[in-house]
Amino acid sequence: MEFGPFLLLAVMEGLVGAAVLALTASGLSLVFGVMRVVNVAHGEFFMLGAVAAWFVSQWVPGPPGLAFAVALVACPLLVAGLAALADGLVLKRLAYEPEATIIATIGLLYILQQAALSLYGPEARPVPPPFEARLQLPWFGWSGYKLFVIGAAGAVLAGLWLLLSRSRIGLVMRATQVDRETATAFGIDVDRVYAATFALGAGLAAIAAVLIVPIQQAHYLMGGDPLLLSFIVVVIGGLGSLRGTLVAALLIGLSDGVISTFFEPTLAKILATLLVALVLVFRPQGLFGARA
Amino acid sequence: MLTLEGVDAGYGRVQVLRGLSFAAQAGEVTCVMGRNGAGKTTMLRAIMGQIPLTAGRIALDGQRLDGLPAHRIPRLGIGYVPQGRRLFGPLTVAENLEIGLMTRGHGARTRERVLDLFPRLRERLGQTASTLSGGEQQMLAIGRALCLEPKVMLLDEPTEGLQPSMIALIRDTVRTLRGMGVAVVLVEQRIEAVLELADRVAFVETGQVAETLPAADLTPAAPQFARYVGV
Repeated sequence: MEFGPFLLLAVMEGLVGAAVLALTASGLSLVFGVMRVVNVAHGEFFMLGAVAAWFVSQWVPGPPGLAFAVALVACPLLVAGLAALADGLVLKRLAYEPEATIIATIGLLYILQQAALSLYGPEARPVPPPFEARLQLPWFGWSGYKLFVIGAAGAVLAGLWLLLSRSRIGLVMRATQVDRETATAFGIDVDRVYAATFALGAGLAAIAAVLIVPIQQAHYLMGGDPLLLSFIVVVIGGLGSLRGTLVAALLIGLSDGVISTFFEPTLAKILATLLVALVLVFRPQGLFGARA
Repeated sequence: MLTLEGVDAGYGRVQVLRGLSFAAQAGEVTCVMGRNGAGKTTMLRAIMGQIPLTAGRIALDGQRLDGLPAHRIPRLGIGYVPQGRRLFGPLTVAENLEIGLMTRGHGARTRERVLDLFPRLRERLGQTASTLSGGEQQMLAIGRALCLEPKVMLLDEPTEGLQPSMIALIRDTVRTLRGMGVAVVLVEQRIEAVLELADRVAFVETGQVAETLPAADLTPAAPQFARYVGV
Protein backbone atom coordinates (compact mmCIF):
# COMPACT_ATOMS: atom_id res chain seq x y z
CA MET A 1 0.00 0.00 0.00
CA GLU A 2 1.21 3.52 -0.81
CA PHE A 3 2.05 6.00 1.91
CA GLY A 4 -1.08 8.16 1.54
CA PRO A 5 -3.66 5.37 1.94
CA PHE A 6 -1.49 3.78 4.64
CA LEU A 7 -1.52 7.08 6.56
CA LEU A 8 -5.30 7.34 6.08
CA LEU A 9 -5.72 3.85 7.51
CA ALA A 10 -3.50 4.75 10.48
CA VAL A 11 -5.51 7.92 11.13
CA MET A 12 -8.80 6.00 10.95
CA GLU A 13 -7.51 3.40 13.41
CA GLY A 14 -6.24 6.23 15.59
CA LEU A 15 -9.66 7.84 15.57
CA VAL A 16 -11.23 4.65 16.94
CA GLY A 17 -8.69 4.62 19.78
CA ALA A 18 -9.16 8.35 20.36
CA ALA A 19 -12.95 8.01 20.56
CA VAL A 20 -12.80 5.20 23.12
CA LEU A 21 -10.02 6.94 25.03
CA ALA A 22 -11.97 10.21 25.13
CA LEU A 23 -14.92 8.39 26.71
CA THR A 24 -12.76 6.60 29.27
CA ALA A 25 -10.65 9.62 30.15
CA SER A 26 -13.64 11.96 30.41
CA GLY A 27 -14.95 9.71 33.19
CA LEU A 28 -11.63 9.94 35.04
CA SER A 29 -11.45 13.70 34.47
CA LEU A 30 -15.01 14.22 35.69
CA VAL A 31 -14.35 12.31 38.91
CA PHE A 32 -11.17 14.25 39.59
CA GLY A 33 -12.68 17.58 38.59
CA VAL A 34 -15.77 17.38 40.76
CA MET A 35 -14.58 15.18 43.63
CA ARG A 36 -10.80 15.75 43.65
CA VAL A 37 -10.47 11.96 43.78
CA VAL A 38 -7.77 10.27 41.71
CA ASN A 39 -9.59 7.06 40.87
CA VAL A 40 -6.90 4.43 40.37
CA ALA A 41 -9.65 1.80 39.92
CA HIS A 42 -11.04 3.58 36.84
CA GLY A 43 -9.52 1.02 34.46
CA GLU A 44 -11.24 -1.78 36.39
CA PHE A 45 -14.62 -0.20 35.75
CA PHE A 46 -13.65 -0.30 32.06
CA MET A 47 -12.74 -3.98 32.45
CA LEU A 48 -16.02 -4.73 34.26
CA GLY A 49 -17.95 -3.15 31.39
CA ALA A 50 -16.21 -5.43 28.89
CA VAL A 51 -16.59 -8.57 31.02
CA ALA A 52 -20.25 -7.79 31.69
CA ALA A 53 -20.75 -7.33 27.93
CA TRP A 54 -19.36 -10.83 27.38
CA PHE A 55 -21.81 -12.28 29.93
CA VAL A 56 -24.69 -10.44 28.25
CA SER A 57 -23.59 -11.78 24.85
CA GLN A 58 -23.82 -15.30 26.31
CA TRP A 59 -27.16 -14.86 28.07
CA VAL A 60 -29.23 -12.85 25.60
CA PRO A 61 -30.53 -15.06 22.79
CA GLY A 62 -31.11 -13.88 19.25
CA PRO A 63 -28.97 -11.85 16.91
CA PRO A 64 -25.71 -10.30 18.20
CA GLY A 65 -27.15 -6.84 17.65
CA LEU A 66 -29.80 -7.46 20.32
CA ALA A 67 -27.27 -8.66 22.89
CA PHE A 68 -25.06 -5.70 22.06
CA ALA A 69 -27.93 -3.23 22.50
CA VAL A 70 -28.78 -4.80 25.87
CA ALA A 71 -25.11 -4.69 26.88
CA LEU A 72 -24.74 -1.05 25.82
CA VAL A 73 -27.53 -0.07 28.19
CA ALA A 74 -27.29 -2.62 31.01
CA CYS A 75 -23.51 -2.90 31.51
CA PRO A 76 -22.84 0.82 32.08
CA LEU A 77 -25.82 0.94 34.46
CA LEU A 78 -24.51 -2.11 36.35
CA VAL A 79 -20.98 -0.66 36.57
CA ALA A 80 -22.34 2.76 37.58
CA GLY A 81 -24.35 1.09 40.32
CA LEU A 82 -21.24 -0.72 41.58
CA ALA A 83 -19.32 2.55 41.54
CA ALA A 84 -22.05 4.31 43.53
CA LEU A 85 -21.90 1.45 46.04
CA ALA A 86 -18.10 1.78 46.28
CA ASP A 87 -18.50 5.52 46.79
CA GLY A 88 -20.92 5.01 49.67
CA LEU A 89 -19.00 2.16 51.30
CA VAL A 90 -15.46 3.46 50.87
CA LEU A 91 -14.89 7.01 49.58
CA LYS A 92 -17.60 8.74 51.58
CA ARG A 93 -16.33 7.13 54.77
CA LEU A 94 -12.90 8.56 54.04
CA ALA A 95 -14.49 12.02 53.64
CA TYR A 96 -13.03 12.07 50.10
CA GLU A 97 -9.63 12.89 51.56
CA PRO A 98 -7.29 12.92 48.52
CA GLU A 99 -4.42 10.75 49.79
CA ALA A 100 -6.68 8.22 51.51
CA THR A 101 -8.87 7.82 48.43
CA ILE A 102 -5.83 7.03 46.25
CA ILE A 103 -4.94 4.15 48.57
CA ALA A 104 -8.59 3.09 48.76
CA THR A 105 -9.03 3.01 44.99
CA ILE A 106 -5.82 0.97 44.64
CA GLY A 107 -7.48 -1.53 46.97
CA LEU A 108 -10.66 -1.33 44.93
CA LEU A 109 -8.62 -2.03 41.79
CA TYR A 110 -7.37 -5.32 43.20
CA ILE A 111 -10.77 -6.32 44.62
CA LEU A 112 -12.49 -5.78 41.25
CA GLN A 113 -9.69 -7.43 39.31
CA GLN A 114 -9.59 -10.52 41.50
CA ALA A 115 -13.38 -10.72 41.61
CA ALA A 116 -13.38 -10.72 37.79
CA LEU A 117 -10.71 -13.44 37.77
CA SER A 118 -12.79 -15.60 40.11
CA LEU A 119 -16.12 -15.13 38.33
CA TYR A 120 -14.97 -14.79 34.72
CA GLY A 121 -11.68 -16.64 34.60
CA PRO A 122 -8.27 -15.87 33.11
CA GLU A 123 -9.20 -16.33 29.45
CA ALA A 124 -9.56 -13.52 26.93
CA ARG A 125 -12.96 -13.95 25.33
CA PRO A 126 -14.36 -12.36 22.19
CA VAL A 127 -17.70 -10.61 21.99
CA PRO A 128 -19.34 -10.69 18.57
CA PRO A 129 -19.86 -7.31 16.88
CA PRO A 130 -23.51 -6.26 16.60
CA PHE A 131 -23.37 -6.18 12.81
CA GLU A 132 -21.05 -7.09 9.97
CA ALA A 133 -20.46 -4.29 7.53
CA ARG A 134 -17.50 -3.25 5.46
CA LEU A 135 -16.60 0.21 4.31
CA GLN A 136 -14.90 -0.24 0.95
CA LEU A 137 -12.50 2.53 0.04
CA PRO A 138 -10.48 2.55 -3.23
CA TRP A 139 -7.32 1.46 -1.38
CA PHE A 140 -8.58 -0.79 1.40
CA GLY A 141 -11.66 -2.07 3.15
CA TRP A 142 -12.48 -1.03 6.71
CA SER A 143 -14.80 -2.33 9.40
CA GLY A 144 -18.13 -0.52 9.41
CA TYR A 145 -18.37 -1.32 13.11
CA LYS A 146 -15.29 0.81 13.81
CA LEU A 147 -17.04 3.72 12.14
CA PHE A 148 -20.00 3.04 14.42
CA VAL A 149 -17.69 3.13 17.47
CA ILE A 150 -16.47 6.60 16.47
CA GLY A 151 -20.01 7.83 15.92
CA ALA A 152 -21.40 6.30 19.11
CA ALA A 153 -18.56 7.66 21.23
CA GLY A 154 -19.04 11.08 19.65
CA ALA A 155 -22.77 10.96 20.43
CA VAL A 156 -22.16 9.96 24.07
CA LEU A 157 -19.57 12.73 24.47
CA ALA A 158 -21.96 15.27 22.94
CA GLY A 159 -24.60 14.07 25.40
CA LEU A 160 -22.12 14.44 28.26
CA TRP A 161 -21.28 17.95 27.11
CA LEU A 162 -24.97 18.87 27.01
CA LEU A 163 -25.54 17.29 30.42
CA LEU A 164 -22.74 19.29 31.99
CA SER A 165 -23.35 22.61 30.26
CA ARG A 166 -27.12 22.73 29.75
CA SER A 167 -28.79 20.70 32.48
CA ARG A 168 -29.50 21.36 36.14
CA ILE A 169 -27.55 18.24 37.09
CA GLY A 170 -24.56 19.62 35.22
CA LEU A 171 -24.93 23.00 36.87
CA VAL A 172 -24.99 21.39 40.30
CA MET A 173 -21.90 19.32 39.42
CA ARG A 174 -20.03 22.38 38.19
CA ALA A 175 -20.96 24.39 41.27
CA THR A 176 -19.80 21.54 43.51
CA GLN A 177 -16.57 21.37 41.54
CA VAL A 178 -15.90 25.07 42.20
CA ASP A 179 -16.72 25.19 45.92
CA ARG A 180 -18.12 22.26 47.84
CA GLU A 181 -18.87 24.23 51.01
CA THR A 182 -20.70 27.07 49.27
CA ALA A 183 -22.65 24.54 47.21
CA THR A 184 -23.80 22.98 50.48
CA ALA A 185 -24.81 26.44 51.75
CA PHE A 186 -27.19 26.61 48.79
CA GLY A 187 -28.90 23.33 49.51
CA ILE A 188 -26.85 21.05 47.28
CA ASP A 189 -26.46 17.56 48.75
CA VAL A 190 -22.78 17.17 47.94
CA ASP A 191 -22.68 13.51 48.97
CA ARG A 192 -25.33 12.68 46.37
CA VAL A 193 -23.51 14.75 43.76
CA TYR A 194 -20.31 12.83 44.50
CA ALA A 195 -22.06 9.46 44.29
CA ALA A 196 -23.66 10.44 40.98
CA THR A 197 -20.36 11.75 39.61
CA PHE A 198 -18.45 8.61 40.58
CA ALA A 199 -21.19 6.48 39.02
CA LEU A 200 -21.21 8.58 35.85
CA GLY A 201 -17.42 8.41 35.55
CA ALA A 202 -17.46 4.62 35.88
CA GLY A 203 -20.43 4.37 33.51
CA LEU A 204 -18.53 6.28 30.83
CA ALA A 205 -15.62 3.86 31.15
CA ALA A 206 -18.07 0.95 30.85
CA ILE A 207 -19.68 2.42 27.70
CA ALA A 208 -16.21 2.73 26.17
CA ALA A 209 -15.50 -0.90 27.04
CA VAL A 210 -18.78 -2.22 25.60
CA LEU A 211 -18.04 -0.33 22.38
CA ILE A 212 -14.46 -1.58 22.04
CA VAL A 213 -14.85 -5.18 23.22
CA PRO A 214 -16.05 -6.52 19.84
CA ILE A 215 -12.74 -5.21 18.40
CA GLN A 216 -10.57 -6.30 21.32
CA GLN A 217 -11.41 -9.12 23.73
CA ALA A 218 -12.69 -9.14 27.30
CA HIS A 219 -9.98 -10.01 29.82
CA TYR A 220 -9.68 -9.48 33.55
CA LEU A 221 -6.36 -7.60 33.16
CA MET A 222 -7.52 -5.29 30.37
CA GLY A 223 -7.99 -2.25 32.67
CA GLY A 224 -4.31 -1.32 32.84
CA ASP A 225 -3.85 0.30 29.44
CA PRO A 226 -7.02 2.41 29.53
CA LEU A 227 -6.06 3.63 33.01
CA LEU A 228 -2.54 4.61 31.95
CA LEU A 229 -3.70 6.31 28.76
CA SER A 230 -6.53 8.06 30.61
CA PHE A 231 -4.07 9.45 33.15
CA ILE A 232 -1.84 10.61 30.30
CA VAL A 233 -4.78 12.29 28.59
CA VAL A 234 -6.10 13.91 31.76
CA VAL A 235 -2.67 15.26 32.74
CA ILE A 236 -1.98 16.63 29.25
CA GLY A 237 -5.48 18.08 28.90
CA GLY A 238 -5.52 19.58 32.38
CA LEU A 239 -6.91 17.89 35.48
CA GLY A 240 -10.65 18.37 35.65
CA SER A 241 -10.96 20.07 32.23
CA LEU A 242 -13.35 18.15 30.00
CA ARG A 243 -12.41 20.22 26.95
CA GLY A 244 -8.73 19.53 27.60
CA THR A 245 -9.47 15.83 28.04
CA LEU A 246 -11.22 15.63 24.66
CA VAL A 247 -8.43 17.49 22.84
CA ALA A 248 -5.72 15.42 24.53
CA ALA A 249 -7.59 12.17 23.81
CA LEU A 250 -7.71 13.08 20.14
CA LEU A 251 -4.00 13.93 20.18
CA ILE A 252 -2.92 10.79 22.04
CA GLY A 253 -5.37 8.48 20.28
CA LEU A 254 -4.37 9.65 16.82
CA SER A 255 -0.65 9.63 17.54
CA ASP A 256 -1.01 6.18 19.11
CA GLY A 257 -2.75 4.90 15.98
CA VAL A 258 -0.32 6.46 13.52
CA ILE A 259 2.87 5.56 15.41
CA SER A 260 1.64 2.03 16.15
CA THR A 261 0.85 1.50 12.46
CA PHE A 262 4.12 2.87 11.09
CA PHE A 263 6.44 1.82 13.90
CA GLU A 264 5.71 0.00 17.18
CA PRO A 265 2.85 0.33 19.70
CA THR A 266 5.51 0.49 22.44
CA LEU A 267 7.05 3.55 20.80
CA ALA A 268 3.65 5.24 20.85
CA LYS A 269 3.37 4.65 24.61
CA ILE A 270 6.94 5.89 25.18
CA LEU A 271 6.26 9.11 23.27
CA ALA A 272 2.95 9.67 25.08
CA THR A 273 4.67 9.24 28.43
CA LEU A 274 7.44 11.60 27.33
CA LEU A 275 4.79 14.15 26.38
CA VAL A 276 3.31 13.89 29.86
CA ALA A 277 6.73 14.51 31.37
CA LEU A 278 7.19 17.59 29.18
CA VAL A 279 3.75 18.91 30.10
CA LEU A 280 4.45 18.38 33.80
CA VAL A 281 7.75 20.28 33.51
CA PHE A 282 6.68 23.18 31.27
CA ARG A 283 2.92 23.46 31.84
CA PRO A 284 2.00 21.55 35.00
CA GLN A 285 -1.64 22.61 34.85
CA GLY A 286 -2.00 20.88 31.46
CA LEU A 287 -3.05 22.40 28.15
CA PHE A 288 -6.48 23.57 29.33
CA GLY A 289 -6.27 23.31 33.12
CA ALA A 290 -6.44 26.33 35.41
CA ARG A 291 -3.24 27.29 37.21
CA ALA A 292 -3.51 26.43 40.90
CA MET B 1 -36.93 33.32 65.36
CA LEU B 2 -33.26 32.25 65.07
CA THR B 3 -31.78 31.27 68.42
CA LEU B 4 -28.44 29.92 69.54
CA GLU B 5 -28.19 28.65 73.09
CA GLY B 6 -24.94 27.70 74.81
CA VAL B 7 -23.21 26.82 71.54
CA ASP B 8 -19.72 25.31 71.65
CA ALA B 9 -18.00 24.81 68.29
CA GLY B 10 -14.60 25.05 66.66
CA TYR B 11 -12.14 23.54 64.26
CA GLY B 12 -10.77 20.18 65.35
CA ARG B 13 -9.33 20.62 68.83
CA VAL B 14 -9.46 24.42 68.64
CA GLN B 15 -12.64 25.56 70.36
CA VAL B 16 -13.80 28.95 69.08
CA LEU B 17 -17.38 29.31 70.34
CA ARG B 18 -17.75 28.86 74.09
CA GLY B 19 -21.32 28.73 75.28
CA LEU B 20 -22.45 31.35 72.76
CA SER B 21 -26.08 32.47 72.97
CA PHE B 22 -27.68 34.75 70.41
CA ALA B 23 -31.06 35.61 68.95
CA ALA B 24 -32.27 37.34 65.77
CA GLN B 25 -35.85 38.47 65.21
CA ALA B 26 -37.89 38.85 62.02
CA GLY B 27 -37.84 42.35 60.58
CA GLU B 28 -34.78 43.33 62.60
CA VAL B 29 -31.14 43.90 61.76
CA THR B 30 -28.86 42.43 64.41
CA CYS B 31 -25.27 43.51 63.95
CA VAL B 32 -22.50 41.31 65.27
CA MET B 33 -19.27 43.04 66.25
CA GLY B 34 -16.04 41.84 67.75
CA ARG B 35 -12.30 41.63 67.23
CA ASN B 36 -10.73 39.35 64.63
CA GLY B 37 -10.83 35.80 65.93
CA ALA B 38 -13.64 36.51 68.39
CA GLY B 39 -15.87 33.95 66.65
CA LYS B 40 -18.20 36.03 64.43
CA THR B 41 -17.63 34.07 61.22
CA THR B 42 -17.51 30.79 63.16
CA MET B 43 -20.94 31.62 64.58
CA LEU B 44 -22.36 32.05 61.07
CA ARG B 45 -20.69 28.85 59.89
CA ALA B 46 -22.11 26.97 62.87
CA ILE B 47 -25.60 28.24 61.98
CA MET B 48 -25.08 26.97 58.41
CA GLY B 49 -24.03 23.55 59.70
CA GLN B 50 -20.55 23.90 58.23
CA ILE B 51 -18.91 23.08 61.55
CA PRO B 52 -20.39 20.66 64.08
CA LEU B 53 -21.48 21.77 67.54
CA THR B 54 -19.96 20.07 70.56
CA ALA B 55 -22.62 21.56 72.85
CA GLY B 56 -25.70 23.75 72.73
CA ARG B 57 -28.55 24.11 70.26
CA ILE B 58 -29.49 26.21 67.26
CA ALA B 59 -33.13 26.59 66.25
CA LEU B 60 -35.16 28.40 63.60
CA ASP B 61 -38.78 29.04 64.60
CA GLY B 62 -38.40 26.30 67.19
CA GLN B 63 -37.01 23.72 64.75
CA ARG B 64 -33.57 22.39 65.68
CA LEU B 65 -30.92 23.05 63.03
CA ASP B 66 -27.96 21.45 64.78
CA GLY B 67 -27.62 17.84 63.73
CA LEU B 68 -29.33 18.44 60.39
CA PRO B 69 -27.24 17.76 57.27
CA ALA B 70 -25.75 21.10 56.22
CA HIS B 71 -27.50 21.09 52.83
CA ARG B 72 -30.92 21.03 54.50
CA ILE B 73 -30.38 24.25 56.46
CA PRO B 74 -30.67 26.67 53.50
CA ARG B 75 -33.80 24.80 52.44
CA LEU B 76 -35.41 25.99 55.68
CA GLY B 77 -34.90 29.59 54.62
CA ILE B 78 -31.47 30.73 55.73
CA GLY B 79 -29.49 32.73 53.18
CA TYR B 80 -25.74 33.14 53.65
CA VAL B 81 -23.39 35.67 52.12
CA PRO B 82 -19.98 34.47 53.25
CA GLN B 83 -16.94 36.60 53.79
CA GLY B 84 -15.08 37.02 50.50
CA ARG B 85 -18.36 36.32 48.61
CA ARG B 86 -17.33 32.83 47.47
CA LEU B 87 -19.14 33.00 44.17
CA PHE B 88 -19.02 30.15 41.71
CA GLY B 89 -16.42 32.04 39.67
CA PRO B 90 -16.43 30.09 36.38
CA LEU B 91 -20.25 30.04 36.30
CA THR B 92 -22.23 32.88 34.75
CA VAL B 93 -24.28 35.37 36.75
CA ALA B 94 -27.46 33.62 35.58
CA GLU B 95 -26.10 30.24 36.69
CA ASN B 96 -25.08 31.58 40.10
CA LEU B 97 -28.62 32.84 40.60
CA GLU B 98 -30.03 29.55 39.31
CA ILE B 99 -28.16 27.68 42.05
CA GLY B 100 -30.03 29.75 44.62
CA LEU B 101 -33.36 29.34 42.84
CA MET B 102 -33.05 25.54 42.70
CA THR B 103 -33.32 25.16 46.44
CA ARG B 104 -36.15 27.50 47.41
CA GLY B 105 -37.92 30.52 46.06
CA HIS B 106 -40.49 30.91 43.36
CA GLY B 107 -38.46 30.55 40.20
CA ALA B 108 -38.91 33.33 37.66
CA ARG B 109 -40.78 35.59 40.09
CA THR B 110 -37.98 35.48 42.65
CA ARG B 111 -35.38 35.94 39.93
CA GLU B 112 -37.13 39.05 38.61
CA ARG B 113 -37.38 40.50 42.09
CA VAL B 114 -33.64 39.99 42.63
CA LEU B 115 -32.80 41.50 39.24
CA ASP B 116 -35.06 44.48 39.98
CA LEU B 117 -33.13 44.98 43.19
CA PHE B 118 -29.78 44.78 41.37
CA PRO B 119 -30.41 45.95 37.77
CA ARG B 120 -26.67 45.81 37.07
CA LEU B 121 -26.85 42.02 37.30
CA ARG B 122 -29.50 41.93 34.58
CA GLU B 123 -26.95 43.46 32.19
CA ARG B 124 -24.36 40.85 33.16
CA LEU B 125 -26.41 37.64 33.15
CA GLY B 126 -24.22 35.89 30.58
CA GLN B 127 -20.93 37.05 32.10
CA THR B 128 -18.86 34.73 34.30
CA ALA B 129 -18.93 35.75 37.95
CA SER B 130 -15.15 35.94 38.25
CA THR B 131 -15.02 38.75 35.67
CA LEU B 132 -17.37 41.07 37.61
CA SER B 133 -16.10 44.05 39.61
CA GLY B 134 -15.90 43.71 43.40
CA GLY B 135 -19.18 45.58 43.90
CA GLU B 136 -20.97 43.56 41.25
CA GLN B 137 -19.66 40.37 42.83
CA GLN B 138 -21.10 41.43 46.17
CA MET B 139 -24.44 42.22 44.50
CA LEU B 140 -24.40 38.74 43.01
CA ALA B 141 -23.46 37.12 46.32
CA ILE B 142 -26.41 38.87 48.00
CA GLY B 143 -28.70 38.28 45.01
CA ARG B 144 -27.82 34.58 44.98
CA ALA B 145 -28.72 34.30 48.67
CA LEU B 146 -31.95 36.26 48.08
CA CYS B 147 -32.95 33.66 45.50
CA LEU B 148 -33.57 31.37 48.49
CA GLU B 149 -36.34 33.78 49.62
CA PRO B 150 -34.74 33.64 53.07
CA LYS B 151 -36.44 34.16 56.40
CA VAL B 152 -33.00 34.78 57.89
CA MET B 153 -30.11 36.41 56.04
CA LEU B 154 -26.55 36.05 57.31
CA LEU B 155 -24.16 38.65 55.90
CA ASP B 156 -20.48 38.39 56.75
CA GLU B 157 -18.78 41.77 56.25
CA PRO B 158 -20.58 42.48 52.96
CA THR B 159 -19.13 45.97 52.51
CA GLU B 160 -15.51 44.95 53.02
CA GLY B 161 -13.30 46.40 50.27
CA LEU B 162 -16.11 48.14 48.40
CA GLN B 163 -16.30 51.71 47.12
CA PRO B 164 -18.73 54.14 48.85
CA SER B 165 -21.46 53.95 46.17
CA MET B 166 -21.54 50.17 46.48
CA ILE B 167 -21.56 50.34 50.27
CA ALA B 168 -24.61 52.61 50.06
CA LEU B 169 -26.33 50.12 47.77
CA ILE B 170 -25.61 47.22 50.12
CA ARG B 171 -26.96 49.23 53.05
CA ASP B 172 -30.13 50.03 51.09
CA THR B 173 -30.50 46.33 50.40
CA VAL B 174 -30.21 45.52 54.11
CA ARG B 175 -32.96 48.05 54.84
CA THR B 176 -35.12 46.50 52.11
CA LEU B 177 -34.64 43.07 53.66
CA ARG B 178 -35.68 44.38 57.05
CA GLY B 179 -38.76 45.93 55.44
CA MET B 180 -39.60 42.52 53.95
CA GLY B 181 -39.61 41.01 57.45
CA VAL B 182 -36.32 39.15 57.04
CA ALA B 183 -34.20 38.62 60.15
CA VAL B 184 -30.83 40.07 59.15
CA VAL B 185 -27.65 39.05 60.96
CA LEU B 186 -24.92 41.40 59.83
CA VAL B 187 -21.29 40.98 60.78
CA GLU B 188 -19.90 44.47 60.39
CA GLN B 189 -16.89 46.36 61.70
CA ARG B 190 -17.80 49.92 60.66
CA ILE B 191 -19.37 51.75 63.59
CA GLU B 192 -21.25 54.28 61.44
CA ALA B 193 -22.81 51.46 59.41
CA VAL B 194 -23.81 49.59 62.54
CA LEU B 195 -25.41 52.66 64.11
CA GLU B 196 -27.23 53.45 60.87
CA LEU B 197 -28.58 49.97 60.17
CA ALA B 198 -28.81 47.97 63.36
CA ASP B 199 -31.80 47.47 65.60
CA ARG B 200 -29.62 45.58 68.05
CA VAL B 201 -25.90 45.05 68.39
CA ALA B 202 -24.32 41.86 69.75
CA PHE B 203 -20.70 42.17 70.89
CA VAL B 204 -18.75 38.94 70.61
CA GLU B 205 -15.66 38.29 72.69
CA THR B 206 -13.69 35.04 72.99
CA GLY B 207 -16.46 32.93 71.53
CA GLN B 208 -19.33 34.37 73.56
CA VAL B 209 -21.85 37.16 73.13
CA ALA B 210 -20.63 39.40 75.91
CA GLU B 211 -23.30 42.06 75.57
CA THR B 212 -26.36 42.77 73.41
CA LEU B 213 -27.73 46.29 73.28
CA PRO B 214 -30.39 48.19 71.33
CA ALA B 215 -28.58 50.26 68.69
CA ALA B 216 -30.52 53.29 69.86
CA ASP B 217 -28.64 53.10 73.17
CA LEU B 218 -25.25 53.35 71.44
CA THR B 219 -23.32 56.37 70.21
CA PRO B 220 -20.02 56.40 68.28
CA ALA B 221 -18.29 57.09 71.58
CA ALA B 222 -19.93 54.20 73.42
CA PRO B 223 -17.34 52.31 75.50
CA GLN B 224 -18.46 48.96 74.05
CA PHE B 225 -16.83 49.79 70.72
CA ALA B 226 -13.45 50.32 72.37
CA ARG B 227 -13.86 47.33 74.66
CA TYR B 228 -15.05 44.71 72.17
CA VAL B 229 -13.93 46.00 68.78
CA GLY B 230 -10.83 48.00 69.69
CA VAL B 231 -11.77 51.22 67.87
